[in-house]
Amino acid sequence: MELIIGKYNYWIYISLMMIGFYAMIAKKNLVKKLIGMNIFQTSIILFFISTGSKIGGTIPIVEQGAQVIEAGQYINPLPHVLMLTAIVVMVSTFGVALALLWMIYRKYHTLEEDEILRLRR
Amino acid sequence: MVSAVAALLILLTGERRRNLREGWTLIASLIKCLIVVSMIPAILHGKVIEWTLMELLPGVSFQFRVDAFGLFFATLASCLWIATSVYSIGYMRGTQSMSQTRFFFCFALALHGALGIAFSANLLTLFVFYEILTVSTFPLVAHKETDEAISGGRKYLAYLLTGATLVIFSMGITYTLTGTLDFKAGGFLKGFGSDSLLKLLFATFIIGFGTKAALMPLHEWLPTAMVAPTPVSALLHAVAVVKAGVFCVLRVILYVFGPELLSALDLWIILAYVASFTILLSGMLALAQDNLKRRLAFSTINNLAIIILGASLLSPSGITGSIFHIAAHGFMKITLFFVAGAIYVKTHKEKVSELDGIGISMPVTMASFAVASLGISGIPPMAGFISKWYLCLGSLEAKEILFLLVLLASALLDIAYFGPIIYHSFFKKPAVGTPSGMAEASLWMVIPIGVCATVSVFLGISPNALVRFFQMATLAAKSVLGVD
Amino acid sequence: MNEISFPILIIVVPLISAFFIILVGLLRRDLCYPLMILTLSFSTLSSISVLKEVLWGGTIHYRLGGWLPPWGIEYVIDPLNGFVLLIVSAISLLIGITSKRMVEREFPEKATFFYCLFLLQVTGLLGIVVTGDLFNLYVFLEIASIAGYALIALGEDGAPFASFNYMIYGTVGACFYLLGVGYLYIATGSLNMADLAQILPSLLSSKVVLIAFAFFMVGIAIKMALFPLHVWLPDAYTYAPSAVSSLVAPLTTKVGAYVMIRVALTVFPPAFFIETLPAALMLRWIANGAILFGCILALAQKDLKRMLGYVLIAEIGYIALGVGFGNRNGLTGAILHILNDALMMACLFLFVGAITYQGWPRKMDQLRGLHRKMPLTAAAFVIAGLSVIGVPPTCGFFSKWYLVLGAIDSKEWLSMAILLASSLFNAILFFRVIEKAYFESGKEHGMVQRTMEIKESPLTILLPLLVLTAGVLSLGLFSGKIISGIIRFAIPVYFK
Repeated sequence: MELIIGKYNYWIYISLMMIGFYAMIAKKNLVKKLIGMNIFQTSIILFFISTGSKIGGTIPIVEQGAQVIEAGQYINPLPHVLMLTAIVVMVSTFGVALALLWMIYRKYHTLEEDEILRLRR
Repeated sequence: MVSAVAALLILLTGERRRNLREGWTLIASLIKCLIVVSMIPAILHGKVIEWTLMELLPGVSFQFRVDAFGLFFATLASCLWIATSVYSIGYMRGTQSMSQTRFFFCFALALHGALGIAFSANLLTLFVFYEILTVSTFPLVAHKETDEAISGGRKYLAYLLTGATLVIFSMGITYTLTGTLDFKAGGFLKGFGSDSLLKLLFATFIIGFGTKAALMPLHEWLPTAMVAPTPVSALLHAVAVVKAGVFCVLRVILYVFGPELLSALDLWIILAYVASFTILLSGMLALAQDNLKRRLAFSTINNLAIIILGASLLSPSGITGSIFHIAAHGFMKITLFFVAGAIYVKTHKEKVSELDGIGISMPVTMASFAVASLGISGIPPMAGFISKWYLCLGSLEAKEILFLLVLLASALLDIAYFGPIIYHSFFKKPAVGTPSGMAEASLWMVIPIGVCATVSVFLGISPNALVRFFQMATLAAKSVLGVD
Repeated sequence: MNEISFPILIIVVPLISAFFIILVGLLRRDLCYPLMILTLSFSTLSSISVLKEVLWGGTIHYRLGGWLPPWGIEYVIDPLNGFVLLIVSAISLLIGITSKRMVEREFPEKATFFYCLFLLQVTGLLGIVVTGDLFNLYVFLEIASIAGYALIALGEDGAPFASFNYMIYGTVGACFYLLGVGYLYIATGSLNMADLAQILPSLLSSKVVLIAFAFFMVGIAIKMALFPLHVWLPDAYTYAPSAVSSLVAPLTTKVGAYVMIRVALTVFPPAFFIETLPAALMLRWIANGAILFGCILALAQKDLKRMLGYVLIAEIGYIALGVGFGNRNGLTGAILHILNDALMMACLFLFVGAITYQGWPRKMDQLRGLHRKMPLTAAAFVIAGLSVIGVPPTCGFFSKWYLVLGAIDSKEWLSMAILLASSLFNAILFFRVIEKAYFESGKEHGMVQRTMEIKESPLTILLPLLVLTAGVLSLGLFSGKIISGIIRFAIPVYFK
């Protein structure tokens, strides 16, 4: 039990990742694939951030004039920073993907993978 | 490396100025021959010239060394290149062949490869030039660009590249075992590795290089490659390519493994058996061929195996004889191929059965043919006799009567398949409808034919004439055996 | 200019110029190309000087913003890095020079964007090589990838779809890599490569570290197109425009291979990879599969460019095999092959670009008579092909030689047999094309007349092609110097 409750963040991220993965592979519609990709990436971001949290920790902003800084009181800001970058990457990938989808749609007038493959032959 | 420069020049000169292009070929071949010959006196005094270019890999450099054996091969190749260049000019003009620039370019490159092989100081340098030789001769084999030619070229490439792959494997193991790839007279593999590993290594080396030397059963490409124009067959497949193959095999036998090791492992006997088998089988197959060039091809396979047999006997005379035969056979065979080409150019005849009475219309050509084929059979006073004599001596020294018999049998076979040609050409009446009267091929071709035939005789009478072939061969054999 | 700044400048200059180009493109179109060439030349020259400095003085460290590691991001250049850096920048420069003509022919209206994306791609690749921080690597990886997706989509008909597929795969790969980084961070608290190299040896029994390693390997394998995760490559590289495939093909996968070597052998201690896990064994099997698969499928292709894509997969197999041998010779072969393969592939893909530029179709049966019309270009193909086969004195032979030695050292006879057999496969492949191009069978001379006149490639394409060819030919002979001068230092001390 402890395994499940204690590490619930892992379980969440794993299930989200698997959902995203499944969508990327199994769905035929390209937009759905894209959404799957997004879910996949988001799950990783969630995971990272979750690892930075501490019991009883607060937002990592040092109050003005504070003399003693104890690391245990603040949650770890580094994963947050990393994930900011990752979110940016995610968004740009998404943007490019949408542009690609638009190009595909303009050419084939469909966004179903099997139809596109047939048209391409 | 004169021929590399020449190759470039030929390519640049191109189609338009044919005379200039051929001029480059001739000049290059002359210069090369002179350079090579100039090194002979030094080598005969026992010196060895070395030249390192750069370190290719840690422990193995791109190195050249001129020793007796290498110089021998180099001299042969460069002399014959002059002859072939002259001949090919005539042949190419005579048959109005296309892509002549490519032809001469690849030719020069091939000679570059052959000389590189001759002068290599270690296996890796040798392999580099070996591959250059393979690659540059491929366009020559497929020159005519007919379907037959292309498939012939493909087969050629398949055999040779497979052999090359085996050689890479063998080199890798050798390097891992000994840390070096340099040639050493008397071999350098002694004392390394287990017996069975060495035996396997020997096998892969021989199979690898044996493809180029047309050892059976790896010989299939040679008759097929006869679709090439005759100068190609002449120089490359009677002399340069296959001789390079034999040269490499001998290098492996004498300079990598060494006589001591080989007799300790009893490997020589296996090689001798394979060689004998090749000799006899190819001799018999030669009898069955009607196409003149194919018959000559099998004769070549025959003689190459004789060379390998002589070396595998590991006796002083045997080795000397086999090395000398490289030269003797070279001159004689090239004469024969030249004749075949001349006949083709003049009369478009390719089959032995069509050759009746040709001796009357092309006397000089056929006389040379007669001389050369007698030489191959081993009849004095031709050069072939000298080498056969030493080979027989060698087998006696090694106390192997069986191989002596094989050698004598092959001589008989030679007479059997050359004799009728001579007889038919001189003593039979030509078929109805052939024009009578003298009609020799162009002078470009006849002169080399005559010269080479004369040299065959000359070498027989005086083996040390001019370039002291025989002395070099003896020197090489001695250094290998560590005998004085 | 302070020499210490070079590592960062190598990245920053292309990055900023990429944005500049957009601006410049709005004003004056013709300035874009010279600007790009200028930038790439700068990168190349800096990499040369950096490499020299590394070889003389030892590893260079550059700290962004002056923050010390492990808090700050650090750029580290050691012999391995510097070597790959030079390869990437030099080849980018050469391909960049050739791109102008091909861009004009294929999509002139998008030229500005092309140059911008080209530079961004190069920035990404250079960044991956230069950085000493794992997360920074992820950032650059994605920069390069996204630029790649966009560039590939510029191509002909099936390109956007191929690019989309590539994107799906690539993103999964990058995310796995990110997961690896995350797990390592959880376990060690550091993102700096050198730092991790010190912390990790004591943590190797931890499951977290193990999973991290697995994630890394899978992610990198996707990016590197290692069998069986290579599926995106043939489509993506075939449909990409010529200028793009000649840049991306030689470089992206090689940089991926570099990352693998970095992570497996420098960040994680080599012993982990080779002895503790059977990872080296698995890698060898996978690499063998890659080689066989690549060669055999290449034989089945009718399109020249697709065939080259499969050859590329086989070449990646070689590099992976070299790493998988786990000994000095194998690793030397692998690193040398990074150089050689980059050169060969650049040459080959550029060749395809050149013939496409002149209007030749890429179907193999329609290549007849190529050498008459474009002799120099065809000669380049022959030499590059010989190098793939492994004929000396081209460079391909020497990396194969080291791989064979590595195989013998580790007594991997099957791998060696596959290695040698693949040479023969490659021979069949390339000589098939050479035959078609050089020898015209008498039968079919009546071809459809082309509307465009076919002549030899223009100078901007031809010169870099010849430079690459000369490199293929001559660098083989210099292998000894390269190995003893550079590669020897690039291999971790663990390997005897």
